[in-house]
Amino acid sequence: MALQSLDIVRRSATTTRSPQIRQAPAGGGVAKLIDTTKCIGCKACQVACMEWNDLRDEIGTNTGQYQNPHDLSASSWTLMRFAEVENPKGDLEWLIRKDGCMHCADPGCLKACPSPGAIVQYANGIVDFHEENCIGCGYCVTGCPFDIPRISKKDHKAYKCTLCSDRVAVGLEPACIKACPTGALVFGTKEDMQQHAAERIEDLKSRGFEHAGLYDPAGVQGTHVMYVLHHADQPQLYSDLPQDPHISPTVRLWKGVAKPLGIALMAFTALAGFFHYIRVGPDETDEGDEAAAAAAAAASRGPEKTP
Amino acid sequence: MSAPQFNEGDRGAAAAAPRRALIVRYNASERTNHWLVVIAFMLAALSGLALFHPALFFLSNLLGGGPWTRILHPYLGLTMFLLFLFLASRVARDNRMQPQDWQWLRQYRDVIENREGRLPEVGRYNAGQKLVFYAVVGCLTLLLLTGLVIWRVYSSGYFSVGLMRLASVLHAIAALVLICTIIVHIYAAIWVKGSVRAMTRGTVTPGWAWKHHRAWFREIMSHATNPRSRPD
Repeated sequence: MALQSLDIVRRSATTTRSPQIRQAPAGGGVAKLIDTTKCIGCKACQVACMEWNDLRDEIGTNTGQYQNPHDLSASSWTLMRFAEVENPKGDLEWLIRKDGCMHCADPGCLKACPSPGAIVQYANGIVDFHEENCIGCGYCVTGCPFDIPRISKKDHKAYKCTLCSDRVAVGLEPACIKACPTGALVFGTKEDMQQHAAERIEDLKSRGFEHAGLYDPAGVQGTHVMYVLHHADQPQLYSDLPQDPHISPTVRLWKGVAKPLGIALMAFTALAGFFHYIRVGPDETDEGDEAAAAAAAAASRGPEKTP
Repeated sequence: MSAPQFNEGDRGAAAAAPRRALIVRYNASERTNHWLVVIAFMLAALSGLALFHPALFFLSNLLGGGPWTRILHPYLGLTMFLLFLFLASRVARDNRMQPQDWQWLRQYRDVIENREGRLPEVGRYNAGQKLVFYAVVGCLTLLLLTGLVIWRVYSSGYFSVGLMRLASVLHAIAALVLICTIIVHIYAAIWVKGSVRAMTRGTVTPGWAWKHHRAWFREIMSHATNPRSRPD
């Protein structure tokens, strides 16, 4: 969703720098804070996302829980994930997490994307897909440490949460934030959100959640969607939120050293051939070889004919 | 070069050139097969390189843009694999490594410096060509298997993301090895004069066969006395 009003600082499959002359936004860019401890699982955010982005997913099937749809899709960019967890005291904890793009500072999708400008990162931290440049290869799916992007079966383009980049560009908060009835979703500068989270965490700790904390994983250099978790020491309780998300070393190898090294290896092979020809020269057959061949042929005919 | 060195009756497997008896190395069907593989390889390699490095993304225009490159690349790869299966089945028997091949490889310096006289006699294929054959067989197999894992439209849904990551990097490495192998293959044809015509016209001169593939030459000659016994 290309928007001229947002500065692009990083662009997929681009080896030179994007325009950098303007100052980075104050406050560390924008961030969405998802306070799982305040979430009641009402799905208003899901509906607001559908409405604002004009998305209507196919009607799925009931899988025996509140989670609906069952998974993220090209038409469902955010989703409440419901985890029923039995805590050590034997009580049930219903851990509800709003899943969607985390808008990593070091985005694996952008690193993996082979199409110039199909994935961009704005100066405010939003990672956005420009579907008109998307070729549908699915490399972003491979690159993402959070399993977020989905390739549409309809148009073979990749889709995910835009953090309502179109709304943010004109000074509005994302649609999901607007719809949240409990204040579990808040939006502002990243610094403000961290500060707000710190207050929430202090409150949670005072009420017995000693492991309450902020999920802003350093493995991807922080995210522009953060969680307040009651059990920050066990993020996997929240429907497999990764403990230490980072771009996979395999993807780093593939999209890192392999690229220049591969090109160099191919160029070296071709150059080695060229300079071999220049230094050693071709291997030619001359009249002597033809004469020797003729003599050998005559000899092989021999005096006696084989049957 | 014009003096006739074979008389008409001696050609055996040779083509019907009046001035010089030539030896048939590849028949029309083998040549067609080879060049179909070449076309599929070129298109698959160039479209693959377009997705490998941003500096080469312009190559995607060759197939009509990024999405078309993504759509066509797997089919081109599959086509190349199937066409190569036919070609490989035709040449596999002559590519089995023999004891003298290892000696040939140990003397790689003589190979590179054009000192062929010092090398053991070579059959239809030399050890270098055999290595090219095995490299292509290995790379294409790996490319096919890893390609299926990352073929988004049809098959990648059956595999975990970890496997897809591994397949992506292995696909790139196999393609890299294959492309370098083919560069060597192409250069060898330019280097060893008289080789290209084997794959374009189908024939080589007896002197070429004598110099580069002497054991094969002797075999041809022994069959030439009994023309119908040539295997192909």
